[in-house]
Amino acid sequence: MLMINLILILLVGGLLAMLSERFGSHVPRMVTLAVVLLDLVYLLLALSVMPELTGLQAPVPGDPQTWLMHYRAEWIPAFGISFEFALDGISLLMVLLTLVLGVVAVSSSWTDVNIKQGFFEANLLWTLAGVLGVFMALDLFLFFLFWEVMLIPMYFLIAIWGHEQRAYAAMKFFIFTQASGLLMLVSVLTLATIHQSNTGVWSFSYFDLLNTPMAAQTAYWLMLGFFIAFVVKLPGFPFHTWLPDAHTQAPTAGSVILAGVLLKTGAYGLIRFAVPLFPEASMEFAPIALWLGAAGVVYGAVLAFAQTDFKRLVAYSSVSHMGFVLLGVYAWNQLALQGAVMQMVAHGFSTAALFMIAGSLQERLHTRDMREMGGLWHNMPRMGGVAMFFIVASLGLPGLGNFVAEFLVLLGLFQVDPSLTMIAALGLITGAAYSLLLMQRSFQGEPNISRQLNDFGTREMLTMALMMVALIGLGLYPQPVLDMAQPVLNGLLQFSATVAGGQL
Amino acid sequence: MNLSQMQALMPLLILSLTAVVLMIQASIKRDQATAWVITAIGLVLTIWGAIYARDFSQTVTILLKVDSWGLFFSSLMALAALVTLLLSRESFADEGRRKEEYYLLLVLSLLGALVLIQSSHMVSLLLGMELMGVALYVMIAFPEKGELPVEAAIKYLVLSACASVILLYGFALLYAATGELSYAGLGAKAGAAYLQNPLLILAGSGMVISGIGFKLSLVPFHMWTPDVYQGAPTPVTGYLATVSKGAVFVALTRMYLDGQLYQYPSLIDALVVIAISSMLIGNLLALQQNNIKRLLAYSSIAHLGYLLVVLIALTGKGLASDAVTYYLTAYVLTSLAAFAVIARVSGEDATQCQISAYEGLFWRDKVQAICLTLALLSLAGIPLTAGFIGKFYVITVGVQSSLWALLVAVVVGSAIAIYYYLRIIFAMSKVPADAVEHQAYPGRVLALFLTLLVLVLGSWPEPFINYAISL
Repeated sequence: MLMINLILILLVGGLLAMLSERFGSHVPRMVTLAVVLLDLVYLLLALSVMPELTGLQAPVPGDPQTWLMHYRAEWIPAFGISFEFALDGISLLMVLLTLVLGVVAVSSSWTDVNIKQGFFEANLLWTLAGVLGVFMALDLFLFFLFWEVMLIPMYFLIAIWGHEQRAYAAMKFFIFTQASGLLMLVSVLTLATIHQSNTGVWSFSYFDLLNTPMAAQTAYWLMLGFFIAFVVKLPGFPFHTWLPDAHTQAPTAGSVILAGVLLKTGAYGLIRFAVPLFPEASMEFAPIALWLGAAGVVYGAVLAFAQTDFKRLVAYSSVSHMGFVLLGVYAWNQLALQGAVMQMVAHGFSTAALFMIAGSLQERLHTRDMREMGGLWHNMPRMGGVAMFFIVASLGLPGLGNFVAEFLVLLGLFQVDPSLTMIAALGLITGAAYSLLLMQRSFQGEPNISRQLNDFGTREMLTMALMMVALIGLGLYPQPVLDMAQPVLNGLLQFSATVAGGQL
Repeated sequence: MNLSQMQALMPLLILSLTAVVLMIQASIKRDQATAWVITAIGLVLTIWGAIYARDFSQTVTILLKVDSWGLFFSSLMALAALVTLLLSRESFADEGRRKEEYYLLLVLSLLGALVLIQSSHMVSLLLGMELMGVALYVMIAFPEKGELPVEAAIKYLVLSACASVILLYGFALLYAATGELSYAGLGAKAGAAYLQNPLLILAGSGMVISGIGFKLSLVPFHMWTPDVYQGAPTPVTGYLATVSKGAVFVALTRMYLDGQLYQYPSLIDALVVIAISSMLIGNLLALQQNNIKRLLAYSSIAHLGYLLVVLIALTGKGLASDAVTYYLTAYVLTSLAAFAVIARVSGEDATQCQISAYEGLFWRDKVQAICLTLALLSLAGIPLTAGFIGKFYVITVGVQSSLWALLVAVVVGSAIAIYYYLRIIFAMSKVPADAVEHQAYPGRVLALFLTLLVLVLGSWPEPFINYAISL
């Protein structure tokens, strides 16, 4: 029930936030903040009384009893569809990340929403609810439902409160995700149909569909359906083109959620569904996926280097960073997977912070064009310092979370494909180049003395401090996160090894 | 004809009686309000009659086959006619002229649709189709003002008459080759007759496909659709989209099943080509539209294409026949919800049908905007709406029958479709520059009711799925 409550709180909270607008335009954001915090506290309280959390044994992917939590209720028995939710270490990490970044998102759009504040906050909460659903649903039908439904509030966030090109960006975002989602739907339904013809009963449960025997070629096609849907969301090269537009045009809170959380649903989907459901096909496909990942790392970095728009640069850097996740997943060994999970968390924080800075700049300067910036450190020293921190975090400075993540991925990848590791490592160098360029162009250089700009206030500094602490924590003592993910990853590795007989 | 057969025909009898009462009433005292009430009562009774007749399911003469499946659609179509009636009332209310005939025509047209749904013979098929069609021509041309309705009616009249003639000729050829006109007999003998007389069968069935394809506005017989959708008064457009197309599709399904037409691979090949081109061309042409009614016309072409995928997979009672029931119901209810909003927001003013007229609707009338948004999302097949379960059925059925080419077209078509549905939603969510005037359009209750049905069917489909299986 806990998992359903988490989603319900956000859904109902959204409704409340919308209705609370009648008490004043500043009320909805407070309601929203309270709702997200309530959700977070509720989850933490529930976890604190759970004894299993400390001694996580390796959950067997196919056995829900070994998971942290599992809930199942009938929904459409005619097709074996149920409300099935389950939580293991990885989904728990993602849920926590979602809620923490939810708080950040509310804070980041504290002042810059001028119209329809109630509906804005409602959409924000509903997006979060959809994302939580994606991370917890273990019935493939239900998973697909959340996957699609979370798009609609996100679409509204971009289409109503976005910047100049919002119509184009919102449309592109929706069509890319929806079209690739349809491929996944066909795969899901084919998988369920195969299961039905094998066993005679309909089921969409993850636990039933694992280990479905089928022809190798069928598995390969079905795997591709899942892979494309997830890689579009990730986004992986060459399906990334929606991302720069959507991220750039979205309002700040939208960008934070989009980059911090929504992209992770793609990575999560790969780890949870695409590989375990089709281990053999994934093994066969892994070399291609690895090349796509490496291409994404380098290509994203090169394109980021060429941008003049602050947000667009950060958006392309996401393409590069998420390339590491793709590499980590398809290297499919303990180190690389740990790195991928770490990257999901660390990138969530660093990018969310950068987008928040971009949003603050836009609010103050009314532009995102870096050619019109320069010397902002002089005007806003606090923001400059904060930006410096997150920029070096993003370029992978040792001691911060992103470094641990990328290092682990490269280490794991080296065991699989040394030459590809060298190419991917180039991403670190180019990453340093575009990140420092970002810093130079916007905050350093000749200051414009006449500019009167408000520096970060307490609210912003608090939010930023939260993410700084998180990144430093991840960088200096990553063990808790690794511990949380490790049993799950071990279980997955063992599972795929028994099914597919070895490494991917 | 014995009593139990009469009972089986209860919905048809009630409707005929309603028509007679309406004519008598008109000869005594012409009054639009009375006529409206009589029609409403007649339609409600028809729905009851369709439920009542379930216990008397049987074959009534060679022409009609009354079964629970047909009766379900009879009540659904009567419901659609009732919605049309509710929408028409205000559409025509302030024009201050005689319009009792409109209600009579609506009743007669529905009578045709119900005959069509229960026909098991080419003669009753044609009778029903013509009764429905002829009444519809007049309904389309009913508003006196403006050229568009008349243009649409003439276009529909001429083309539809041609289609009927072709259909009739096709029947004649098939009859010449087989000596049969009942679905079952024709289907059984066509194979043998083909060996003797291939040309007659080919030409005959080709003509029948064209005729039915025209009524369903499948590509390449779809040219009339946008103009007629645009020109007809909005309630009538809704009626055309739901009752007229739905009844013909039910008849086609019955013909396909009773005649066991799935045993003829060349027929299936032809249907595959029609289905793929309908899905692709319908969706592609919809991209270009700025008029919401024309847009929905093209989208309906695509939806009939999706339905055809299910038809192609039919081989008897089973998942595919449930899929027809579900998809058609979802489509009818969703279209009704969409047209219920459009009829109010656009009114009868042709310029108000542009997508630009919907800009900022969210902030003018939240209820209507939410209803239209949900209806459009259902048409697009987004989860939690009836349209998604419909799409779920189409894809599952396609997968089970390994219709991969058709599935590719479904996926590509749906991906294209998102764009034009979102365009309308985007227009509605646009925040106007100046202060918004709240403008409550009438008829919220009806739109809300239909939207609620769409949502319930989509988020709690179990009862209806079981009901569809039981039919």
